[in-house]
Amino acid sequence: MDLVAAVTKPQAKTNVPELRPGDRVKVHTRIVEGDRERIQVFQGTVMRLRKGKGANGNFTVRRIATHGIGVERTFLLNSPRIEKIEVAGHTHVRRAQLYYLRGRHGKAARLREKRIGQAASEVAETPAAE
Amino acid sequence: MAEGLLGKKVGMAQIFSEKGEAIPVTVLEVGPCFVTQIKTPENDGYSAVQMGFQETRHLTKPARGHLKNLPPLKHLLEVRTGGIENYQVGQKLNVSLFAQGDLVDVSGISKGKGHAGVVKRHHFGGGKKTHGQSDRMRRPGASGATTTPGRVLRGMRMAGQMGNRRATVLNLEVVQVDQERNLLAVKGAVPGAKDGLLFVRKARKEKKIPKHQPVAKKEK
Repeated sequence: MDLVAAVTKPQAKTNVPELRPGDRVKVHTRIVEGDRERIQVFQGTVMRLRKGKGANGNFTVRRIATHGIGVERTFLLNSPRIEKIEVAGHTHVRRAQLYYLRGRHGKAARLREKRIGQAASEVAETPAAE
Repeated sequence: MAEGLLGKKVGMAQIFSEKGEAIPVTVLEVGPCFVTQIKTPENDGYSAVQMGFQETRHLTKPARGHLKNLPPLKHLLEVRTGGIENYQVGQKLNVSLFAQGDLVDVSGISKGKGHAGVVKRHHFGGGKKTHGQSDRMRRPGASGATTTPGRVLRGMRMAGQMGNRRATVLNLEVVQVDQERNLLAVKGAVPGAKDGLLFVRKARKEKKIPKHQPVAKKEK
């Protein structure tokens, strides 16, 4: 076994959903303010995924905030500060990294929905079956 | 106790603390090491412990003789220590020497960069890119004054071999110890390439606290 993975594997979460670029997600993050703790939801499109060994992986979510300003945030897949990742839908994309979204705004930044729920879940399941 | 062990670098990763912070760590495979020889003041004029690490199939005949009744070990290292009476030849030393939260020093051979110029080796600024300059972008500039002193001062930083020499990183925090697999995770980077031989010892110097204290806010 990979010895680096041996160190990080025990920290890998089991409830991480299979993400793909273009997925619409809601990321629930735990935010600690002094001694108060609250959950913040970051909702957007998965722009890029990096898997890494063991528990080392991250993904970047892009959302359009008020006044049409794009906000990107990178999360660590297995961070204990992430409460939950919800997949709200899939879109049809042909790239692994959706950097082209950065140069677009308004209608041009739309992504085509993947309507066929069956096919989308099948696609998502194939890598997990390996 | 032995103050250190031999090991090798496995690679880097990040692990999460209890607070949820991601800590950059280097994973080291440390030990098991075997005591191969004990040097005594009577015999050798000083006291030290020699230990070996990593089994191999290729040993010269003299080395095999030296390691009689011991596993065939690839790397040997001598550590000067006062407490030789605590050791016996053949004794197995493992990663349990270190505990989580300890500070350790890690030595190894840094990655070789070859003959490097001053910009890379000493972080010189180089020359100007514009204003009519030519051939001067990564040059060192002047190396001294004129007739007085008439020579280049010793220790002037110049181009030359960079890396591929012994380097030690002090006071790295032990984040995790895995006795089953002889693994040690230390916070931060260590010298050398993956699979490079390392010497891990308990920290010798106290961790320095920055002299510069944050300036207290003025009361209004």
